[in-house]
Amino acid sequence: MALAAAGLVWLNQDDSDAPVASREAFLEVMSGPGRDEPVTLDTTVYLPEATPAPAVLLAHGFGGSKRSVESDARELARRGFVVLAWSARGFGRSGGRIGLNDPDYEVADASGLVSWLARQPEVSKTGADDPVVGVTGGSYGGALSLLLAGVDKRVDALVPTITYNDLGQALIPNSATTGEVAASPAANPYQPAGVFKRSWAGIFFAAGMGGGGLADPTSEAAEEGSDEDDSSGGAAGTADPNAAAAAAEAQQAGPGAQGAPEGQGSRPDQERGACGRFTDAVCRAYTQVATTGQADEATTRLLARVSPASVTGSITQPTMLVQGEQDTLFGLDQADASARQISANGGPVKVVWYTGGHDGGKPGATLRGQIADWFDFHLRGRGADPGTGFEYAVQGALRPQGSPSVRTVTAPSYPGLDGGQPVRRTELPLSGEAQTIVNPPGGNPSSISSMPGLGQLIAGSSRLAGRLAVDLPGQVARFSSPAQTQQLLIAGAGTVRVRVAAQPGVPQAPGGAVLFAKLYDVAPDGTRTLPGSAISPLRVPELPADGTPVEVTVALPGIVRPIESDHVVELAITTTDQAYAVPPTAAAYTVSLAEGATVGVPVVPGTRSSSAPPAFPLIGIGVVLLVVAAAVALGAVRRKRADQHDPALADVPLVITGLAKAYPGGLKAVDDLTFRVDKGQVLGLLGPNGAGKTTTLRMLMGLIQPSDGEIRVFGHRIRSGAPVLSRIGSFVEGAGFLPHLSGRANLELYWAATGRPADKAHFAEALDVAGLGGAVERKVKTYSQGMRQRLAIAQAMLGFPDLMVLDEPTNGLDPPQIHQMREVLRRYAATGRTVVVSSHLLSEVEQTCDHVVVMHRGRLVASGGVDEIVAGGGEATFRVDAPDKAAEALSALDGVRSVEVDGTAVHADLGELPRSSAVAELVRAGVAVEQAGPKRRLEDAFLQLVGEGSGT
Amino acid sequence: MSDDERGQRSDHGRTASGGSYKVAGTAPGESVTTVYTDPGAIDGLERAAAGEHTGFDADGSVEGFSVTRTLPLRVELVRQLRRRRTQLLLGFLVLLPFILWAAFEFGQDAGNRRSGGFVDLATASAPNFVTFVLFAAGSFLLPMIVALFFGDTIASEASWSSLKYLLSMPVPRHRLLRQKAMASAILSLLALVLLPLVALLVGMVFYGTGEAVSPTGDAIPFGDSLLAMAGSVGYIAVNLLWVAALALFLSVVTDAPLGAVGGAVLVSILSQILDQITALGGLRDYLPTHFSFAWSDLISTDIDWTNMTEGAFSAVVYAAVFGLLAARRFRLKDVTS
Repeated sequence: MALAAAGLVWLNQDDSDAPVASREAFLEVMSGPGRDEPVTLDTTVYLPEATPAPAVLLAHGFGGSKRSVESDARELARRGFVVLAWSARGFGRSGGRIGLNDPDYEVADASGLVSWLARQPEVSKTGADDPVVGVTGGSYGGALSLLLAGVDKRVDALVPTITYNDLGQALIPNSATTGEVAASPAANPYQPAGVFKRSWAGIFFAAGMGGGGLADPTSEAAEEGSDEDDSSGGAAGTADPNAAAAAAEAQQAGPGAQGAPEGQGSRPDQERGACGRFTDAVCRAYTQVATTGQADEATTRLLARVSPASVTGSITQPTMLVQGEQDTLFGLDQADASARQISANGGPVKVVWYTGGHDGGKPGATLRGQIADWFDFHLRGRGADPGTGFEYAVQGALRPQGSPSVRTVTAPSYPGLDGGQPVRRTELPLSGEAQTIVNPPGGNPSSISSMPGLGQLIAGSSRLAGRLAVDLPGQVARFSSPAQTQQLLIAGAGTVRVRVAAQPGVPQAPGGAVLFAKLYDVAPDGTRTLPGSAISPLRVPELPADGTPVEVTVALPGIVRPIESDHVVELAITTTDQAYAVPPTAAAYTVSLAEGATVGVPVVPGTRSSSAPPAFPLIGIGVVLLVVAAAVALGAVRRKRADQHDPALADVPLVITGLAKAYPGGLKAVDDLTFRVDKGQVLGLLGPNGAGKTTTLRMLMGLIQPSDGEIRVFGHRIRSGAPVLSRIGSFVEGAGFLPHLSGRANLELYWAATGRPADKAHFAEALDVAGLGGAVERKVKTYSQGMRQRLAIAQAMLGFPDLMVLDEPTNGLDPPQIHQMREVLRRYAATGRTVVVSSHLLSEVEQTCDHVVVMHRGRLVASGGVDEIVAGGGEATFRVDAPDKAAEALSALDGVRSVEVDGTAVHADLGELPRSSAVAELVRAGVAVEQAGPKRRLEDAFLQLVGEGSGT
Repeated sequence: MSDDERGQRSDHGRTASGGSYKVAGTAPGESVTTVYTDPGAIDGLERAAAGEHTGFDADGSVEGFSVTRTLPLRVELVRQLRRRRTQLLLGFLVLLPFILWAAFEFGQDAGNRRSGGFVDLATASAPNFVTFVLFAAGSFLLPMIVALFFGDTIASEASWSSLKYLLSMPVPRHRLLRQKAMASAILSLLALVLLPLVALLVGMVFYGTGEAVSPTGDAIPFGDSLLAMAGSVGYIAVNLLWVAALALFLSVVTDAPLGAVGGAVLVSILSQILDQITALGGLRDYLPTHFSFAWSDLISTDIDWTNMTEGAFSAVVYAAVFGLLAARRFRLKDVTS
């Protein structure tokens, strides 16, 4: 078993296709505002089988290194791209400090790498210093893709995944506006002065300090058709060897490693200082926002400078935006903003929302394939045009086993883009009184919506994380929609108008009211699910102190969620959230719905992949059934052909011709056996143990296949299941009864199994012959050997078969019973039927049978009437009163030889002379003959025959 | 001969045509029965046999015999149902839900009955109880029952030496195998239906006809859950086809019933163990037990048929392979016991 398992494991490991050559190198590029600051980057080039080929720059996520994208890089190289992966400055063994994708540093570095690619012979080019190159990456690397494409026009296509558009809004979001929200599905107003997302920001800062691992998803998200459960997908966060290796590497490399790529990476952590490998500007900005909870002027400027939003206005290259539906860090709104900005320049944009994200998982195999398809088409015109549509994955109901079902909805375009239709919104009426909610002093305890960085670990399934949401009483206002009458598929961010008012007389927090809006899916049993664990923080500044409400439009978080019928959509507004920096000042607000307020949830109709059963297994089942049907039909045809009948032998009960049975190993149990049994005979098959008698009878019953020769019963050739077997009643080698049934039930069931009419069975006569009396009602397992034997013979007699075959029928019977058996067989044969009896006992055959076939070592030794065999030859014995005188008289006769005297007996070979003549001669000679008979009993004949048989 | 007549005969001890008597001199309480045949019985046999002349048909069979009437399903079912092990097994299946109910009743109350796994949810409603019972029985009990019915069927005949008498009736081998397999299938199906049915009744009495709640929070109404349960039983029946065919194959190969049943169960357990090794990844899809719980997808508002279809396909392929092997082996086999 262990071996089998090991074999399977080994087989499974062996699935990497074509080998991918890779080349590691430290490259020096010039960056900085004046492009005069050298930095050493740790790079690996992965080469496809065929070159020159288009190149793909593959950027890693925050806290990772080039090693964390190795498997993706190899996969892309196998798709035929030259892939360049590198550790960004400040990560891995690269030099420099982390500038958060600063245009003068990280982006300039990448631009330098594009120039380097232009000099490589393996890379196809469109001109001098202009390679055919695409760029992709996840999270931090995705932002780099956008920024690079914005500033370096040599980039021909890009696929940024799970990344940000505006880092300021990602870390300090504000979703409330007094104005309008854009007409795209996941639009967010991106108002300034938001609420600090301290958990994620902290995790990211830690990742930059060397504590990578939590910042980027490691497991793969569920995809359509995938059925693996979470436990096998590496969801444990550390299961991705590349990520773990990258984290370890990040911890080894210290900030002093700039320009000194090797050998110095072992500085202890405490020497890094509070800023780690961050640039001083980034470090200052983080410290500022983390301590105050709000971004100052300098921080805002820094975040704006490093955000892709600063350059998306100049991206015109084909862009495929991949964003996760399980992402509390960079939500769907970030890709939404990028899509709007890029399409405004006329850049072709395709948007894909998949089931993963920073809380869910990285793109699965199918989505990675789509990314490669994008580059295939846009870098070298290969494959079908992926188009500029919009695809979003819908997770269906969770399955008890395996991952939830996923289906993909495809819309022709992303709604609300430049020149396109605005997104359709379904307005759900909400109801609920004005409610007063309280921000506790210190902002603690607080509601829980998500566990940043741990989303994948929770309960083994990020998809259950939606159930973790906890709202604290007194801190939450709820407004409900009526129950749905049919399924409503929300795809994007809803909007709702709410009024917030200060409690008169209660002091307010400086900076305005901080609130969090969420949209729950409430099942009929009251279970609340927070789709995507996503919430929208909002800050409403300057509430009038007299309690006059301020009306704002809130953009809810972008989600994809089917709301089933009978479910209720609930808007919840809380004062606190664990993952955000909440003002420590105690405050109370009254929250109510605006006049006639509805929540407008985006609905994006599209074509759905069906959830019908997959076709392949269904076709497979059909094919298998056809094959089985064909096999059955073939068997029937073969059986039909097997019938053979010889009408000349129709009245002969049994003819055996040239019968042989050889077993593997050369042992011949039966060899060239030929004999014939005529009607009315009681034939004895005589031979010592091992002579092949039972084997012959088994062949006669079709139980074993002869290796040569044939058996015909009433002219029909015997094979297994030949109908003529129904004319044979048999008892071969022991009784066979169901031990748990009575003797009578056994016989009745036996007869029922033959399918013949019950009145033909003659149970009464057969049971009377067995003579079991009342014992027939007892279970057979209580029977003695003899009783079973008698019952078995009764069974053989059922229906009075024309040929009865009994194997050693008198075994285990006592002499009176043997005598009765002889009588039974003789008189049975007298009714015109035939009996074949095998035995190793001479006396039995002599007494029972009229014909005998003697077998020895599988061969026929003699056959004929019992009398002929016994009386064969002229030897006779005379019991007389005067032996000497008798011997003299006999010797005087013509032709009489070898006269011997043995006590009162005289033996002589009479030759042709009849015994009666010899007796007359003796009487004439005055000898009183007491007895005259053949000298040999069957025993002598048998022994002589066997002796001859063994001699040949 | 009527019962009365037989009774009278034994009253008079040894009379006309046979009987039994107790041998004198045996220890008190111990009786040894000896049997004998009365000469009158032989006369009766001769008379009856002489008066009975049965014709025969062109194919050589005796009049009234037809291959298509041999070993009728009804007879085979009676043969099996009268076995103690069949009765005990079916009895146990009736008892099992009560035992589980008692275990829940006397065990600690978990309190929250609307969350957690299937075990925690078992007492939420009758459908949940059924689901739990199917889960509890799914990994071992159900495959074992199927293996028992199919693995025992030919091998036990061989071990009783009754197989050769069935074959020389003659029941043609393909027909014997088919009738045996069909009877085993009927008994297996009976067991598969009996268990959830009793569980449903027990659940309805003790837990009420509430809606089925899955561990993931899906709730489906009682009416729909009945359909889901019927579908589950149907799927389990199809999915266990591979066990049936494997057990039948082993039953044909060996003359030891225990070997056939045990062998099939062992393979099932091995497959389940290998299924636990996640390192095998996609190869586990080829394990016959990999999809054995795919029926739980039915307890959902949005049924995903993927796993069930694949599970059915896998089971049918294995069943076809083992089934055809069994037929081939049995056709060529030399029956010596």
